[in-house]
Amino acid sequence: MSDQLIYATEVILNGLMAGVLYALVALGFVLIYKASGIFNYAQGVMALFAAMTLVGIMNGQVPFAHLINAIFGAHITHFGWNVPALLAILMTMAVMVLMAWCVQHFVMRHLVGQEPIILFMATIGLAYFLEGVADLMWGSEIKTLDVGLPQGLNVWIDDTTYGIFGYGFFIDNLDIVATVIAAILVAALVAFSQYTKQGRAMRAVADDHQAALSVGISLSFIWVLVWSVAGFVALVAGIMWGTKSGVQFSLSLIALKALPVLMLGGFTSIPGAIVGGLIIGVGEKLFEFAIGPLVGGATENWFAYVLALIFLVFRPQGLFGEKIIERV
Amino acid sequence: MLDASEGYITEDGRKIGGVVMEMKNITLRFGGVVAIKDISFDIREGEIRAIIGPNGAGKSSMLNVISGFYVPQEGEVWFHGQKRPPMRPYEVARQGIARTFQNIALFEGMSVLDNVMTGRLNYMQAGLFAQAIWRGKAEREETENREAVEKIIDFLEIQHIRKTPVSRLPYGLKKRVELARALAAEPKLLLLDEPMAGMNVEEKEDMSRFILDVNDEFGTTIALIEHDMGVVMDLSDRVVVMDYGKKIGDGTPDEVRNNQEVIDAYLGVAHD
Ligand SMILES: Nc1ncnc2c1ncn2[C@@H]1O[C@H](COP(=O)(O)OP(=O)(O)O)[C@@H](O)[C@H]1O
Ligand SMILES: [Mg+2]
Repeated sequence: MSDQLIYATEVILNGLMAGVLYALVALGFVLIYKASGIFNYAQGVMALFAAMTLVGIMNGQVPFAHLINAIFGAHITHFGWNVPALLAILMTMAVMVLMAWCVQHFVMRHLVGQEPIILFMATIGLAYFLEGVADLMWGSEIKTLDVGLPQGLNVWIDDTTYGIFGYGFFIDNLDIVATVIAAILVAALVAFSQYTKQGRAMRAVADDHQAALSVGISLSFIWVLVWSVAGFVALVAGIMWGTKSGVQFSLSLIALKALPVLMLGGFTSIPGAIVGGLIIGVGEKLFEFAIGPLVGGATENWFAYVLALIFLVFRPQGLFGEKIIERV
Repeated sequence: MLDASEGYITEDGRKIGGVVMEMKNITLRFGGVVAIKDISFDIREGEIRAIIGPNGAGKSSMLNVISGFYVPQEGEVWFHGQKRPPMRPYEVARQGIARTFQNIALFEGMSVLDNVMTGRLNYMQAGLFAQAIWRGKAEREETENREAVEKIIDFLEIQHIRKTPVSRLPYGLKKRVELARALAAEPKLLLLDEPMAGMNVEEKEDMSRFILDVNDEFGTTIALIEHDMGVVMDLSDRVVVMDYGKKIGDGTPDEVRNNQEVIDAYLGVAHD
């Protein structure tokens, strides 16, 4: 194999793994959009909020410590214990379910039947509100997150590829773990929506609200469920991304990476989100590798958007969406 | 004969029971439009009760009140002898009232089988965790529900399209799938909003036969809306006639047919 081909293979592998994370974030959007027609601008902030909550709980931080201290003149910051990662993840999930319930009962319930743009605006408001709450609860400084996921060079792959090609692939253990977890998550989501009562009800609501009501499905229950599932997806994405690059505001910007994925995959397709994520992940790494040096690099910042734009022009319904035919 | 609280026997020998659903002085307004004006009527167990009237008379609104989609400003709904508190549509559905819609509301992205299966959602007891952990119970339940659904699919003669996505079906078959989904819930009361609208003669005959068979075999109480006088007269035991939100007639098809007010209302729209 030529050197170029070997390098390209390594790039593709890395791209696939980045793509899995994009897909994961995009999935959160798709879930909510399908079930309620809401484009949830807050999905990225939800990932940030989840990651911050997880770190806070693990470190035994007192939530709203600043506020409490300011009001009562106290000086508490920590409970003085550490919570094991698994338990902390469960507790964070409970917080995400509570958040889902609040979103439904205090916001979305009052906006049923409104224009999509109004719902969209509501989620923008939600995003900033949630960001503020996250800062107030846990403080805004950058935090490291370590739930015990393996990190760093995978030596086995490095050795093996070196033995074969005379060039060792650099693959991060965290990327491998993230890929496996994301794959399990997607499989679990598919199984949930196909085989459980709640999953069936979720698909029914996604398809037709009136019909869903007529067979006895409570829309508000399903919406809380959907926001909870989206919260869970955000938590997983937050853990991966937070472990990789620290828990900080920029984590919420991964949502922006999900946009081109959605344009590619379509807003309503779960397989679309996955394939779209992989295409963008591989595409941007490969483009940077092949064309980047010619144009001075940093193509990863814009490649995904340009690809999405080209897609929008030629296939606006996305990869898996049905062809849109204007009714006249 | 109609007043006996324990019911009556129809000409074709079916036994009609006591009152299951009673609407008392229902008034429904949309802004300035009064869709239903102070209407009362009842539905008896096992009967086929028709609501007829010209376009815009308020028939669909009445069905929507019964199924909880609309909340009337005035009046009471009594079900099984009890006054019903204000309820959401899904709560009404869980009480055993199934319905179809005038403008078909199916799950277009699902197959016929999956659509009908959603009618069984309320028979699926096993919760999320039970389903994950206790496979046996969930599987038994799934089998039971599948059997019930297959029975209805056979009954309505739609075996050949079981796996077809609903979006690919012609209009007439969609209406039948919607009926199948409603039946899958094994309702005590079945509400049909213009089940034969937009069908050709043959499809109408099929649908009439199915409605009669459902009533006959399962003993399901049925309230249906129909535009076509002829069809209604053949199908129904008793008829409510509405016009401009008011009730202008209520009785057997023969009684209604000879009611002067009804004749006038219908002559006015006979050619629309
Ligand atoms: N959701 C609604 N909002 C406003 N007006 C409505 C609504 N539903 C029905 N109406 C009005 O109520 C009246 C009766 O309508 P409807 O019950 O659909 O009549 P029918 O089914 O007998 O043709 C009409 O004037 C209609 O415009
Ligand atoms: Mg109508």
